[in-house]
Amino acid sequence: MRFYEFEAKKLLARHRVPLPGGGTAETPADTRRLAQELGGPVVLKSQVLTGGRMKAGGVRFADSPREAEREAAAILALEIGGQMPRCLLVESKAAVRREYYAGVTYDALAKLPVIIFSDMGGIDIEEVAREHPEHVAKVHFSTLLPVSDYKAKELVRSLGVGGGELTALTTIVTRLARAFVEYDLTLAEINPLGQLEDGSFVALDCHIDMEDEARERHAAVLEKLGISKDEPRQARPPTDFELRGAQVDAVDHRGVAGRVVEFDGDLGLVIGAGGGSLTIFDAIRKHGGRPANYCEIGGNPSVRKAAELTKLILSKPGVDKIAVLMNVVSNTRVDIVARGVVKGVVESGFDPAEKIAIFRIPGAWEEEGFKILRKYGVEYCDRGVSMSEAARRAVEKTKASV
Amino acid sequence: MGMFIRVDLDPKVAAQADLAKKLAEVCPVNIFEQSADGGARVVPENEDECVLCELCVQAAPPRGVRVVKLYDEGSSLERLE
Repeated sequence: MRFYEFEAKKLLARHRVPLPGGGTAETPADTRRLAQELGGPVVLKSQVLTGGRMKAGGVRFADSPREAEREAAAILALEIGGQMPRCLLVESKAAVRREYYAGVTYDALAKLPVIIFSDMGGIDIEEVAREHPEHVAKVHFSTLLPVSDYKAKELVRSLGVGGGELTALTTIVTRLARAFVEYDLTLAEINPLGQLEDGSFVALDCHIDMEDEARERHAAVLEKLGISKDEPRQARPPTDFELRGAQVDAVDHRGVAGRVVEFDGDLGLVIGAGGGSLTIFDAIRKHGGRPANYCEIGGNPSVRKAAELTKLILSKPGVDKIAVLMNVVSNTRVDIVARGVVKGVVESGFDPAEKIAIFRIPGAWEEEGFKILRKYGVEYCDRGVSMSEAARRAVEKTKASV
Repeated sequence: MGMFIRVDLDPKVAAQADLAKKLAEVCPVNIFEQSADGGARVVPENEDECVLCELCVQAAPPRGVRVVKLYDEGSSLERLE
């Protein structure tokens, strides 16, 4: 779940991360008033949940309230990445001496959160890591223990920062990491973290993403920030296909079978099981396949749910076949998914033997599931065939039928 | 009848209100319901949800409930005695 910058800053303010003075404005007149209150030059930032704001003209500077009003009118009318601004963030323009980067995210390989720090802020951190790796430092930490200052201090020090700057930056980086843990964030990033002419530091821009599943846990904080439970807060609005997938998932409480993301390929995917979806999606692409969708099945969905998901995927224009692939399941029954998928194909008016390119779900109740697949002539395999090989076979079949 | 599962209910069992209530209670996927007259009926749209737990078979007297796997040459779950 994404936060607008002004919300992200309010969240960081709770952890006493220093911020520029400012506020939000919804009209040019509000902007003028705010600029007047702030006094001096201001920066106006479009509040959209997408990147490329600066390049699109969504960030502008104004030296006077009148200029701020004029620029605000232009920004408020500017669509960026298909989004109109929620409002404007109006802040005092900072006299910046130097820019740093501080971020916290998860390192999936290390299975730990990682703090990333750079003395080259203001530009894309991936680019810095690629072009100037000596200017990027990282340290992992455990979520089981309180985030300790010394980790942040060692990290900042490793790039040669010393003296008062080291002390100030250590505090900010530690607070950012604590906010990351406290609010179940998946990304907390300050870029740039500006050092002003007077030597102090402020978070000039920041980006925060919260784990979707944690929204309930932080309902009180989100309410204070004015974030409604109904706002999906994704990078783009859900497509009709995705909304229909959510409806499938809402049919009953059993399992998950409707979280779909739409893509433009021809191979429908009924995939899942503990991270298997990502692996399988990658495997399909590695073998030259074009997925029509991403999805997640798990927790033993009902036959009806699996059938409706299958029907939804088959209803997508351009989908020629579906591949039913999972890793090894223990809490999802193979026979129940087999029933659902076969039923969905039949109810869509197709022959399961033709439409299901491959069914590879090893695990609980697989023998019962394989009996169903045999009856309907569906190609299936057990754990003796790797996910990659099954993906390859599905891609091959799909290509052969085009 | 489902595509994969058919549940046969002995009419004598279906007519007993106490058994009807028990069957409706034990089935985790609501294949049985108690009708207005107190008897049991099978809900056809739920038959394919059967998880083969056999709770209905155990709850009913011998030969009272039979769960037929239509995909497995008609093999069934049934209590004979």
